Amino acid sequence: MTEQLDAGLVARRIAGSDQVGEPRDPAEGREVGRARRRREDARLITGRTRWTDNIQLPGMLHVAFLRSPMAHARLTRVDVSAALAMPGVVAAFSGRDFAGEQGSLPCAWPVSEDVVIPDHPPMAVDRVRYVGEAVACVVATDRYRAADALEAIEADYEPLEAVLDMTEALSDGAPAVHEAGNQAFTWRFSGGDADAAFHDAPVVLDRTYVQQRLIPTAMEPRAVVAVPEGEGFTLYSATQIPHILRVMLALTTGIPEHLLRVVAPDVGGGFGSKLQVTAEEVLGLLLARRLGRPVKWTESRSEGNLTAHHGRDQIQRISVAAERDGRIRGVRVDLLADMGAYLMLVTPGVPLLGAFMYSGVYKMDAYDFTCTGVFTTKVPTDAYRGAGRPEATFAIERAVDELAAELGLDPVEVRRRNWISREEFPYTTVAGLTYDSGDYEAATERALALFGYDELRAEQADRRERRDPVQLGIGVSTYTEMCGLAPSRVLGSLSYGAGGWEHAAVRLLPTGKVEVVTGTSPHGQGHETSWSQITADALGVPFEDVSVLHGDTAVSPRGMDTYGSRSLVVGGVAVLAACEKVKEKAKRLAAHLLEAADDDVEFADGTFRVRGTDQGRTIQELALAAFAAHDLPDGFEPRLDADATFDPENFSFPHGTHLCAVEADTETGRVAIRSYVAVDDVGRVVNPLIVEGQVRGGIAQGIGQALFEEAVHDTGGNLLTTTMADYLIPSAADLPDFVTDRTETPATSNPLGVKGVGEAGTIAATPAVVNAVVDALRPHGVRDVPMPCTPERVWRALARSRANDGGTR
Amino acid sequence: MIPAPFDYVRPASLDEACRVLGEAGDGDGDGEVKALAGGQSLLPLLRLRLAYPSVLVDLGRLEELRGVHDRGDHVFIGALTTHDEVLRSPVVREHAPLVALATATVADPAVRHRGTFGGSLAHADPAGDLPAVALALDCVLVTASGAGGREIPAAGFFTGYLETALEPGEVLTGVKVPKLGDGWGFHYEKFHRTAQAWAVVGVAAAVRIDAGAVAQARIGLTNMGPAPVRARAVETALRGVTPPAAGAGGGHDPVKDACAWADEGTSPPTDLHARPDYRRHLARVLTHRAVRAALP
Ligand SMILES: Cc1cc2nc3c(=O)[nH]c(=O)nc-3n(C[C@H](O)[C@H](O)[C@H](O)COP(=O)(O)OP(=O)(O)OC[C@H]3O[C@@H](n4cnc5c(N)ncnc54)[C@H](O)[C@@H]3O)c2cc1C
Repeated sequence: MTEQLDAGLVARRIAGSDQVGEPRDPAEGREVGRARRRREDARLITGRTRWTDNIQLPGMLHVAFLRSPMAHARLTRVDVSAALAMPGVVAAFSGRDFAGEQGSLPCAWPVSEDVVIPDHPPMAVDRVRYVGEAVACVVATDRYRAADALEAIEADYEPLEAVLDMTEALSDGAPAVHEAGNQAFTWRFSGGDADAAFHDAPVVLDRTYVQQRLIPTAMEPRAVVAVPEGEGFTLYSATQIPHILRVMLALTTGIPEHLLRVVAPDVGGGFGSKLQVTAEEVLGLLLARRLGRPVKWTESRSEGNLTAHHGRDQIQRISVAAERDGRIRGVRVDLLADMGAYLMLVTPGVPLLGAFMYSGVYKMDAYDFTCTGVFTTKVPTDAYRGAGRPEATFAIERAVDELAAELGLDPVEVRRRNWISREEFPYTTVAGLTYDSGDYEAATERALALFGYDELRAEQADRRERRDPVQLGIGVSTYTEMCGLAPSRVLGSLSYGAGGWEHAAVRLLPTGKVEVVTGTSPHGQGHETSWSQITADALGVPFEDVSVLHGDTAVSPRGMDTYGSRSLVVGGVAVLAACEKVKEKAKRLAAHLLEAADDDVEFADGTFRVRGTDQGRTIQELALAAFAAHDLPDGFEPRLDADATFDPENFSFPHGTHLCAVEADTETGRVAIRSYVAVDDVGRVVNPLIVEGQVRGGIAQGIGQALFEEAVHDTGGNLLTTTMADYLIPSAADLPDFVTDRTETPATSNPLGVKGVGEAGTIAATPAVVNAVVDALRPHGVRDVPMPCTPERVWRALARSRANDGGTR
Repeated sequence: MIPAPFDYVRPASLDEACRVLGEAGDGDGDGEVKALAGGQSLLPLLRLRLAYPSVLVDLGRLEELRGVHDRGDHVFIGALTTHDEVLRSPVVREHAPLVALATATVADPAVRHRGTFGGSLAHADPAGDLPAVALALDCVLVTASGAGGREIPAAGFFTGYLETALEPGEVLTGVKVPKLGDGWGFHYEKFHRTAQAWAVVGVAAAVRIDAGAVAQARIGLTNMGPAPVRARAVETALRGVTPPAAGAGGGHDPVKDACAWADEGTSPPTDLHARPDYRRHLARVLTHRAVRAALP
C-alpha cells in the first residue's frame, strides 16, 4: 500500500524520526551533543505555520508602493488622485502626506565624531536617492488592485546625476548625494607601529580587492502586517529583530513602547537582510494608524532585490610587510565602504566589525586600519552574513596566499610560520582582541589529511607540466572570526546604540512541563531544538517536555535578537543560567519537603535526593508542589521559574581550515569546484546536525560570493539583477558534496564552551575558493580575478596576462 | 509580480482557439491576444509587466496538440507536449536524439513538467535551447489558423528577437522532426553559469561520418544573435575532414580549424554573463567540443 504524499505525511515523517544520533558521551549529558533533527522543521518545511504573509485578518487592506525609477532626482510632483478613483482603492498617499509624522529611519551606530547621518524619510518627499525608493503608496482591498492602481499615480522627477562609483564620489566636483557631501565618516584604528614594521621590510605586498555588492536573498521575502488593536498596535514582520524593532519603532513613530507589540512569526531566513528597521514597517504602522484597519505588505522577489538592503560593497587596499621567510611584520588596510544612499540600522558599523579581524589567525607587530564610508545613489548596504568579517578574512587570506606565491613558499607553510600556536592561547592580537582558545594546528592537520593535499599538489604539478587546458588550483583559508555579539561594554566603546546581552526565562508548569522564553529570534537556526536540548539536560526533563517561545514582545519581553552568530553563545548561555536558577529554587523546596538541609540535597537526572538516602522528589513533583503551595518554605513564591540575562565578557572565536580544489577550464574560463574540505572548530557542540547545516549553508553562500553573485547596476544606477535569472545563486546542483569535520577546543568565555557557527562557513569559503581559482591560473601569469570569478572574468584575466606576456606562455 | 488585468478563455477545440486568437489579434502592443501553453515564459513576462495582453487563450484543453508520433520519415511532436514528455518518449530518443539531449538541459524538472516543446519554439527566446536544434535539424513547424494552416521550415520561422513567422490567430500545432537516417551522431553543448540558468552559448551538432571522414554536419547556435543561427561556414569547412583519433593529442586538428569559423555571420548579444567577443570565442571552443562529442 502506498501512502498518499501530502504535507501532513511529510510533517509526520519528519516529526516521527527526530533522533538520528546517539548521545556523544553519556557522561556529558543526554541531550547536548546529540544530532537531533530539528523539532521546528516539520511545520517550516510544510508551510503549515504562520509566515507573515499567511496572516489573514478581517478587514485587512493591502499596501503597494510606487518606487522611484531614478537613481537620483528631485521629486517635483506626486499626484495620487487618479489612483484613488481606481476600483478597490481605499487610500493613496505621497511622502508629503506623511511628512509631519513619518520621521527618519534610524541608524543605531554613529561610528565616529564626523559621521553624517542624513535624514531618511521612509517615503521620499522631495528627493530620491536610489532606484526603488518609495515615493507613494496605495492601500486597496486586495494586492492585485493595489498593484494596478500604482500605474495611475503620476510622479514627476527632475533627474540629477547618479553617483555610483566610490572613488568618483569622493573626487572634487562630484555630484553630492547629500548636502554634507559624499563622505559618511572616517574611522581609524591601529595597534603597534606600522611605520616601523613597513620601514625596510624585505617584502611589501600591495593588493586591492573588491568586495562586490551582494543581495542577501533570504528564501522568505519581507512581509509586514500592521494591526490597530485597542489603544495600541501589533506589528507582525518577517524580521530578525522584534525586540530592537519595537524600541526603534516606538522612537520613530511616537507610538508609546508599551502600546506596541512586535511579533516575528516564523521567519524564513534573513542573512542580515531582516536585521533592519524598514520603511515598510514604519509606513505599515502609520497607515494602520491613519486608516484604523489592518494593513499588509509583502514584497516580490524583484522588489526585495531593489529595496531590501544589500551587503558587502567595499574596496580594500591591503599592504603586508614581511620577512623573506614569510613572517608577517605588519598589515595596513585602507577601506572604502559603500553605504549606499543612507545610513540604516547598522550600515556604518559593518566595516568596523571587520576592523579587528584583518590580522586573522596571525601574529604581527603592527596593524593600521582606515575606513571611509561613502554615499552613493544605490540602495543602502548593511549587515549580510558575516558583516565585516568575511571582507577582512578575504583580504588577509588572499594576501597570505599572494605572499606565499611571491616567496615561492607553500601557502600552508606560510600560515604555519605566522599563526598563533596552540600553546599561546589566550592570545591578545595586534588588534587588541583576546582569542581565548583555538588549535589551528589540529584543524589544519585534519583538513590536509581529508583533502589529500599532497596528492592534489602532485596532480597540479603534473597538469602544469602537461599544459593541460584544465588546470587544478588549490585554495587555503585558515580563518577565525569574532562573533557571539557582544560584550555590552565593547559595543559601547564602539558607539553602538545598545548592549549585547541576552535574556531567557524558564518556567516549570504545574504538570512538570517546561516553557523556555528566549530573547533570541530564530529564523531558520533551530533554536527551539537546541534550547530544548540544553534545558532537558540542565533540568533533567525529557526533551519532548520542553517548549521554546520566542519572537513576540508580548511573550518574550526582553531580548537582543538574532545576528552575528550570537544566539547560542549568548542566548543559549542565558537559558542555561535561567535553568540553574530554577534548579536552585527547586532544591530549596525539595530540602524543605524532605526535611533536610539545603546542602544535603543533591540533584541528578531530574531528581533531588537527600545525600546517601533513597529519599527524593522529582522536579515534576516539585513543580506541582510549588503550584499547589500547600507546604512551602517561608517566603517562597509559589512558582518554579527564573529569568536570567547573560552579557558575555568576550567575543567567541571559532576557527577552522577550509581547503578547496577547483578545476579551471582555461579555454572557456569555467571554474568547477572539485572538492571542498571544511574542518571547523566551533567549541563544544550542542547539536552536530544543526552545526553541520550551518556550515554547509554557509559554505554555499561563501561560494556564491566567490563565483556567482553580484548586484549589477547600469550607468544610470538601475539595478540589472532584479530577478533570480540575473542574480545567480548556487543551488545543490552547482556544488560538490562538502567534506566536513570538526576539532573541538571549548570556548573558555562561557559555561557551555560554545562558539558561534552561523557565519563561519561564509567567512571561510570565499577566500578558499578565490585562492584556488588564482592558484589554478598562476602559471598563466594571473595574480587575481575579481569576484565573482565568472567564466568571462577568468577568460579575460587569462587573455590579459597572455597579452602582457607577448603571448609566450 | 502581479500581472495587469486580462481576460482568460480556454477553448475546447482548435477551431475555437484559432477563432478567438484571430479576433482582437492586431499582433503587437497592448490589447494583444496571446496563446498560453505551459506559461513558463509568458507568465514571467506578465508578472513583470513586460507584456500586457488583454486576453489569454489557454491551449491546455487541446489534447490533439499533445504527444509524440512516429510518422515514418519524421517524428511529429505536438506543440503542447511538455519537455518532460519529450524526454520520456522512446520515439524521440531513438529517432530524434538531439532533441532529447537539448531538452534535458532545459531549466529544471519543475519547469520541464510545465513548459512545452511548441511554446519554446513559438516564444523564440534567443537563449532557448530548442530553436537551434529545430534549425540544425531542418524541422518543419506546422500551424493552424482560421485561414487553414501552413508548414513553415525552421529556417524561415525564427525571424528575430522573440519573433517568429507566426501570424496573429495562428497556432503552432506541432513540429516535424526529420529522421536523419544512419551514420549520424549528435551532441548539444550548453554553456551556462548555474545548472538552472539559460545558455550563455549553446551548440547543437549533428555529424555524419562516412569512410572515416565527415560527410555532413548540421550545426545550430543558441544565443549568438537575436535568433538562432546555423554555423554554415563550419558545416562547409568540416565536409571531408578526417577527425584525428580520440586521444591523439597534440598535433594539428583539422576539426578544430573548421570550428574556428563558428562565429562567422553571428551577431552575439551583450548581457550580464558575456560580451560579444567572449561569446564569439565560446562559440568556437564549444562548437569544436560539440562536434567532437557528436562524432558517431
Ligand atoms: C526558471 C526557468 C528556466 C528556464 N530555463 C530554460 C532553459 O534553460 N532553456 C530553455 O530553452 N528554456 C528555458 N525556460 C523556458 C521554458 O523552456 C519554457 O517552457 C518555454 O520557453 C516556453 O514554453 P511554455 O509552454 O511555457 O510557453 P508559454 O510561456 O505558455 O508561451 C510562450 C510564448 O509562446 C506562445 N505560444 C505557446 N504555445 C504556442 C502555440 N502552440 N502556438 C502559438 N503560440 C504559442 C505564447 O503565446 C507565448 O508568447 C525556462 C523557464 C523558466 C521559468
